[in-house]
This record gives sequence, C-alpha cells and structure tokens, in this order.
Amino acid sequence: MKVVYRAIWDLPVEELFASGHRACAGCGPAIAMRWITKAAGPNTIVVNATGCMEVTTTQYPETAWMLPYLHVAFENAAAAASGIEAAIRTLSAKGLWRAGKTNVIVIAGDGGTYDIGLQALSGMLERGHHVLYILYDNEAYMNTGIQRSGATPKYAWTTTTPVGKAIRGKVQEKKDIMGIVMAHRVPYAATATIANLLDMTNKIKTALEYTEEGPTFLHILAPCPPGWRYPEELTVEMARLAVETGYFPLYEYDHGKVRLNPPTSQIAADPKRKKPLRDWLKLQGRFAHLTDAEIAELEREVAANLAYLSALAKAFS
Amino acid sequence: MTVALEARAKAKQTLALTSNYAAAYAAKAADVDVIAVYPITPQTTIVEKISEFVDEGELRAQLIHVESEHSAMSAVVGAAAAGARTFTATSSQGLELMHEVLHIASGLRLPIVMAVPARALSAPISIHGDYSDVMNTRDTGWITLIAASAQEVYDSIIQAYRIAESVLLPVMVAYDGFLMSHTTEAVELNDEEEVRKWLPRRLDRPNLLTPEKPITMGAFAMPDYYYEIKYQVQEALLGSLDKVVEADREYGKAFGRSYGIVQSYRLEDADYIVVAYGGASWGNAREAVDEARRRGIKAGALRLRVWRPYPAEEVAKALAGVKAFAVVDRAIAFGAPAGGPVYIDTVTALRMRGIDTPGLSVIHGIGQRSMFVEDFVKVFEMLKDGERNKTVYMGLKL
Amino acid sequence: MSLPRVHEISIGGIIAEPGSSRRNLTGGWRSLKPVLHDDRCIRCRICWLYCPEGTIKEIKGEFVVKGKKYQYKYEIDYDYCKGCGICAHECPVKAIEMVPEA
Ligand SMILES: Cc1ncc(C[n+]2csc(CCOP(=O)(O)OP(=O)(O)O)c2C)c(N)n1
Ligand code: SF4
Ligand code: SF4
Ligand code: SF4
Ligand SMILES: [Mg+2]
Repeated sequence: MKVVYRAIWDLPVEELFASGHRACAGCGPAIAMRWITKAAGPNTIVVNATGCMEVTTTQYPETAWMLPYLHVAFENAAAAASGIEAAIRTLSAKGLWRAGKTNVIVIAGDGGTYDIGLQALSGMLERGHHVLYILYDNEAYMNTGIQRSGATPKYAWTTTTPVGKAIRGKVQEKKDIMGIVMAHRVPYAATATIANLLDMTNKIKTALEYTEEGPTFLHILAPCPPGWRYPEELTVEMARLAVETGYFPLYEYDHGKVRLNPPTSQIAADPKRKKPLRDWLKLQGRFAHLTDAEIAELEREVAANLAYLSALAKAFS
Repeated sequence: MTVALEARAKAKQTLALTSNYAAAYAAKAADVDVIAVYPITPQTTIVEKISEFVDEGELRAQLIHVESEHSAMSAVVGAAAAGARTFTATSSQGLELMHEVLHIASGLRLPIVMAVPARALSAPISIHGDYSDVMNTRDTGWITLIAASAQEVYDSIIQAYRIAESVLLPVMVAYDGFLMSHTTEAVELNDEEEVRKWLPRRLDRPNLLTPEKPITMGAFAMPDYYYEIKYQVQEALLGSLDKVVEADREYGKAFGRSYGIVQSYRLEDADYIVVAYGGASWGNAREAVDEARRRGIKAGALRLRVWRPYPAEEVAKALAGVKAFAVVDRAIAFGAPAGGPVYIDTVTALRMRGIDTPGLSVIHGIGQRSMFVEDFVKVFEMLKDGERNKTVYMGLKL
Repeated sequence: MSLPRVHEISIGGIIAEPGSSRRNLTGGWRSLKPVLHDDRCIRCRICWLYCPEGTIKEIKGEFVVKGKKYQYKYEIDYDYCKGCGICAHECPVKAIEMVPEA
C-alpha cells in the first residue's frame, strides 16, 4: 500500500458527500461514503448500484453527492462503469473530454457484488477496465429489509434466514469474494473497514493509482445497526472488533503478492493478541441465538481462515 | 450538378452488403465512440464486422466485449451518460436480457442507437426470424424504426443518431432476422466525412456526467415526482415523430434518399389495404397487391417504417374510408383481444379518431414460417369476402 | 410547498445541484443529543472522522482551554446530527455526552 496519509491529520477536510442524506442513524456505509469521496477527490465519477447507499442519498430532487454520479440498476454497476471508462478513453483521444484524468469508481453493496452483480464485476475485471470497484459490505440486503446474501455470515439471522425450529439462521458460509477477485489477477485488491480509516483511505489512494494499469477492488466492511441488531453508537466498534477478533482480516493483494496488514498481521503472528470472537458476536442480535458449540465452530473457522491467509501471504510474499 | 454534389457523388461507394454489414457501416460512418456488443444469431455478423473496423483502425472507438447483453446495454448507458456516441446490437434472447435496462436508457434520456435483426423467442429456442423480440420492447420508451432493405438499415441508423441526439431518447432500428440480416443487397454508402458533418457532436446536453458539472443521474423518485419524469418520456416520444420526419427529410437533401414514416403502395383507389412491416412482409405485400389487382380486387399496401411512436395520423389517413384492412403481424400478442400487436395498435389508432374501418389481424412468419405472396393475396381475398374482426393464423398447420 | 409541474422538472430526473441533500434537515430524527464539552476535548479529530453525517465541524483558529493552546475546535451542527452516539462512544476522553433531546 502506498502511504499517502501518515496520520489522521493528513486526511482531506473537504466533504464531497453532503449531510442531509437519509441513511439510518449510525450507518456504517455512510461513513464509508464520506471517506471514499474525500480520498478520491472531485475528479471522480461515481457509479452506484441499487441499494441502501443509492436510495438514501438520491431522493429526487436532492442528492448528497457532490461528484458526478450515476445509478443504473442493481446488478450492472460494473458494466455501466466499463462504459464510462471506455467513453472517457475515446473522448480523450478525440479531444472531446475536457475534464482531464478522471477516476471512475463503482460503489456497490454486498448483494450487488457477491450475488446479482458478480457476472458484471467479473466481466469488468477480466476486460481490464481502469475502474476502482468498491464493495461496501453490510452483510445482507439491507435496502429491502435485511435478507441474506452471499456475504451474510454463517448462522446469522436475517429475515430470509430466520431462527426457526428446524433451521437456525443462515446455513452457508460467507463467500470468499476477495478470492474470486484475486483469481482475475487484477493489479490490486484489498480489504478495509470503516474503523481503520487511515488504512482504508490509503488503500483507496493506492487502488486509484493502480487503475492506471487496470481494475482494482476494495472490500470494505461497513456495519449496519438495524441489520446486525446492535445499538447505533457501536458501528465503529463493531468494525474494529471484526478485525481484532480475526473475523474480518485486513490484507492486500498487490501485483500477485499477498500482505496482511496490521492489526491482522500481528494477530496472525501471535494468536494470543486475537480477541475472542464471542466478544463481537455477543453484541449483535443477529447472533443472539448461537449456542456455545456454534460459537466454537465459528471460532475454528476464523482461525482456519487466518491460517489460510497467512499461508497465502507466505507463499506469495 | 453542383460541384458539392459532384464531389459527394464521387465519394459515394456502392457495396453488396447484408443488412447486418450495412448496420456496421452506418455505425462507422457515424464515428461512434463506444460500442458494447454480445454475439447472438442473427446479429453476430454485426459484432464481427465492427470488430474488424476497430482492429483495422478504421473506426476510432472502444469496443467493449461485454459478458452479456444486460451488460452491453448497461455499458452503453454509462458511455452515453459520459457523452460518448454509442452503438449496440442484439436479437431475441439478448434483447430480452437487456429489457430492464431499455427502460432505464429512455428514463435517463440517453441517445443510444441499437440495431435489432429481429428473431423469435424461446421456448422452444429458435434462431429464426420474427418480431416477437421487438414487440416485447413496445413500452420501453424507445423510438423504434423498422427497415425494409439493407439500404434503409444503413440510412436509418445514420438518421437515428440525428433523432436520438435531438430528442434525447434511444432509437432502435429493427429489420428481419436472416431474411435481411443475412441477405446481400446493393447498398450505397455515403462519404463518411459528409455523414460526420451531418451529425455534429452535441456535448451540451443537461444529462452529461462530467466532473466539470457534478450532476446526479438515476435518482430515486417518490410518488411526488416519479409520474412527471415518466410523463416527460411519453411527451418526448410522442413528439419525436416530427423529428423522425425532419431527420428523414434533411437526410434526403444531404444524401438523396428518404423514406417517410409510412410507405404506401397503390393506395389511391384501394378498397382493401394490408398493413405490414419489415422487408419480407413488405415485399410480399406489394407483389400481392399487383396480383390481387390482376384478380380484380382493388388492393393496396401500407408499410410502417416507424413503430414507436406509432404513426397514428398517417395510418388513420390511409385507412379511413376504405372497405377493410388487415395487419400482418410477425409476432403473437399472447392472450390479447386480437392476436397481432400492431393490429391492436392500429385498431386503437382508428377508434381514437372515430374511424370504424373494419380490420383483420393476420399472424404469419412466426419463427420464420415461410410466407408466400399467395398468402398475402389470400388476405386480400378474405377481406373482399367479408372476413372481419378476427385473428387469422396464416401458414399454421391446422 | 407546491411541487413543480411537469415542465419544471429536470430532463431524465437529473439533479443538477450537488449536495442539495443539505436542504433535508435530519436533526429532527434525534432522540439523544450529543453535547461536546470543549473544556474536556483534546482535539484528537476522532469524532470528526467517524460521524456518518459529516456534521461535526472542524473549526480552525486560536483556542485556549485550561491554559492549553489549540488550533482547532469541534462543533456539532445539530441541523443534521441524528444522535447516533458514535462520536460519544469513540471519543477517547469522553468529552461528548449523550443527553435526552429536550
Ligand atoms: C434486478 C433487481 N432485483 C431485485 C431488486 C431489489 N433490491 C434492491 S436493493 C436490494 C438489496 C441490496 O443489497 P446490497 O447490495 O447488499 O446493498 P444494501 O442495501 O445492503 O446496502 C434488492 C434485493 C432490484 N432493485 N433489482
Ligand atoms: S439499513 Fe443499514 S446500511 Fe441501510 S441505511 Fe440503515 S444503517 Fe445504513
Ligand atoms: S451523534 Fe452521530 S450524527 Fe450526531 S454528531 Fe455524533 S456521530 Fe454525528
Ligand atoms: S473525539 Fe473527543 S476529544 Fe477528540 S476531538 Fe472529538 S470531542 Fe474532542
Ligand atoms: Mg448489503
């Protein structure tokens, strides 16, 4: 990662995501939007997939966006961004694009990325468009009222994976979206959260710089109070704990090399520094029904995932 | 001949082209910036020809090899929003896959142009021609032209850019899958410099994405606003007929060919009129008129060159006062009060004007079932024999 | 407020005014109100970083608090604050207090 911001005092002041948007109080994705726009700066076109961030920010005739912004539909943000990027390239070559170098950023939720938008994302990555794709992951379809997605963790309650007598929560594990993206051999992909803002903004900068070469990808964990069922003030805490418990590892894929970032790198090196997963689970209503055995199972899966990523980092260092 | 006309005549070139190649040549002449296409029979040869143009350096454009038609339409929506002149083409299942985004293209008022060699829809899967795909796009807010020759395909696509960029609505140019898409005809090509002069760039529209003016496109509208925004599409689409006429007239002045919005054949004293669209139906209809007249029936034919917006005045003018008419549809409006989609519109256009000429809905050429001139002659005979107000499934093995 | 007529609405439903959501004051959503005690604030910027509404203002100037000089001061714009309490929860010195909205 290129370190553009060394300390939080280096972070940009100008707001390009305006107040007055209609996201819920304590919305994690809204924090992500503020910092994506700040780090990207005004010479940026945003393409947003249908979802919470689109619906809460663009209620006609008011918009929170201070960047040129396009929403087309739920599953095709990557395709629309491909078109914009291609347009800028040709228009620039023909002397018809006056704005100079312009970033193209997709912002899409987990539903719009893991599930319905996966094909368009893969197409965009495979074709090598100079676009930064940002997935804000709140781990369910929140806009339609908390339905499970491919990003919802195992055993979590959602309205389509209720805790019943026969089946208790989601049966499947969370999909490895980073693995899918890395399989496209893009120049750069990384995970981040809204708690680790310096890490996140530097990754945005890095990813944007690498779009010179081709597509880049960021997976940002962005907790959602109503969807995860925790008190609003805990949004940042929830993202921080997700990293500190090893549930959501911070790492980068940079030109074929895999690198764990702090604090994940420290946790992986010294498991004693890892907080118990239970600390994170117990704060969330969506996991309230978990038995000790289920928690132990999830804890083992977290450890296995950390071991897998450590091995990857070692093999591709 | 003026010097200018002479120069133009010299620059003109006549090639033997399929309608698909004619479409590709037209897109090249229009100097499109971004093309996003996905192959499907019978559209594929357009993609191939365009790929050749781009790879040979004859067309300075980005060709996006999208992974689906849904993405093809989405990519041209993005590109058009950023100010690029765009082109795409599809058929059948591809057009169905695009369907969601077709509404968005018109709702965002983007001047996209698309070629559609029309094909039947699954299931059962059929690669052959009919107009089921095009008819399914009826309410998407697209201006839809239906051409009847390769030359007209070429000319209509160039005109389509004029129309789209002045009305700010997307335009589809449809034509017969296979019967036209894969049939070679002589096509006179314009001097590309002249075409580009005729299609000046418009980089001043309000719905442009650029950091110079950060607007929001694709907003979310509550009941207080949604209706008005959609009504604007309706108004623009209905009003576009004048622009279609104007573009066709201006094109005629510049390049010597124009078509009108409906074409008529021997209508002057006709008692019975067959309304048709697309190349094969139109060819059959005209020959059938001649044959029917030899058999003593005062027959005439009318071709719709514009399907959306429906040219109601022109059709009503032609059909008012005749004894009866038939519409030959190459699509089935499943479960509708009459079988043919264009027939339904035609009847509505007449009744809305208080005209009560009786009609007959004829379905033919489904999945490219062979249509013979004699079938069309039979339609005239049925009309003369008093067949009215019903649907005839012609060519069906009953 | 009378709503615009069909021809007064922008073409294609575009919104031409960036950041016009500021017309939508979301302060009314609040049931708890963050009160920032400037005398306790160590100017760490953390509340400003994390506010989902971007409604904590960073004001530049010369500020002296308990004999210490600061170049910044943080103020909450209550027009937009939804009272989520993230700022209070994240403040390392508990300088922000959540009080019931009057
Ligand atoms: C084709 C299509 N299918 C379904 C929907 C309904 N829909 C809108 S947003 C959404 C969920 C969005 O989930 P996600 O991408 O995770 O974003 P979030 O709302 O959680 O931020 C769904 C199912 C739609 N708009 N379009
Ligand atoms: S439901 Fe969750 S993601 Fe959606 S606006 Fe509310 S807090 Fe944000
Ligand atoms: S309570 Fe929430 S919305 Fe209000 S200032 Fe604090 S962080 Fe911002
Ligand atoms: S977090 Fe607390 S100490 Fe830091 S700037 Fe805000 S109010 Fe002051
Ligand atoms: Mg989600």
